[in-house]
Amino acid sequence: MIVAEQKPLEEIRKMVEPYDRVLILGCGTCVAVCFAGGDKEVGVLAASLRLADKISGREQLFSEHTVERQCEWEFLDGIEEKVKNVDAILSLGCGVGVQAVSEQFPDIPVLPGLNTLFMGMPVEEGIWAERCAGCGNCILDKTGGICPIARCPKGLVNGPCGGYRDGKCEVDPTRDCAWVLIYERLKKMRRLDELYALQPLKDYFKMGHPRSITL
Amino acid sequence: MEREMIPQNQFEPVIVAFCCHYCAYAAADLAGVMRLQYPTNIRIIKLPCSGTIDVLHILKAFELGADGVYVAGCLEGGCHFIEGNIRAKRRVEDAKAILDAIGLGSERLEMFFMSSSEGVRFAEVAKEMTEKIKELGPSPVRR
Repeated sequence: MIVAEQKPLEEIRKMVEPYDRVLILGCGTCVAVCFAGGDKEVGVLAASLRLADKISGREQLFSEHTVERQCEWEFLDGIEEKVKNVDAILSLGCGVGVQAVSEQFPDIPVLPGLNTLFMGMPVEEGIWAERCAGCGNCILDKTGGICPIARCPKGLVNGPCGGYRDGKCEVDPTRDCAWVLIYERLKKMRRLDELYALQPLKDYFKMGHPRSITL
Repeated sequence: MEREMIPQNQFEPVIVAFCCHYCAYAAADLAGVMRLQYPTNIRIIKLPCSGTIDVLHILKAFELGADGVYVAGCLEGGCHFIEGNIRAKRRVEDAKAILDAIGLGSERLEMFFMSSSEGVRFAEVAKEMTEKIKELGPSPVRR
């Protein structure tokens, strides 16, 4: 899933300042799971902005709506009524959602309410961690199902580097070294001999932007 | 919750108290049975567990004109649902951060822990919170 976090309230207030009627549009998929842009977060943000307005004396109208997914036209088709009388849309979707909404409604300014961070998963309650860098050339079969591109700060395909200490990363000593995890996993599966095979140079051209696929 | 404007010296705050069914709400009952006096400024909303509180409930209370809000849950380690009160505490902290960010002030929101046998404590908390909000004055949202 795509993991994002809400921008600071001050930054959001500055963005919406020029507009009198703002639709806060949530997304009920990835960003709802990481508590950044779902129905509840739309409600909390709208209430916060209304309260801030009442205190500062500014009068703005904040309407609220959440679609199942902002990144698919089908889900955006149904909200034309909602955006009819607004001056701006504050999207609580990921960067993909923001762009889909602005493409669907080209006459209305669409503002990003979130900072989109990475592709990852909730590893424990309240903690999300990056798991995939979208490199376009998956080698998880050779690394015991642990991705060194996303989980090693250096993205080494033939690790580990010489900097790890006690199984921890030299870049962030609170984090496990991805290559030590890979070693331990392969050892458990009695596949350590596979590590002797040198991985070829990675084709980073596949990570170049913009990417698309056609079926 | 709408009221006429009241001069500062006669200010009687409206304070919303979200009370857990198993502790604070029972403590409020006990305070009544014990004939304890506590300020009439408190408006109690019963929750099945303090862990059901959401940041949105707290913000809505302020939006509708509350001068102060508090959440009262079971003693730490004594939650009927194991950790509802700990979750409530984290949400209250989140809401406090929002209140500071919008300029309303986090001191208008508090979290208290008490057991169902603490009728006296319930009355004390009600008095303590009322005095604190009186000092802070009316919520700027209502001005």
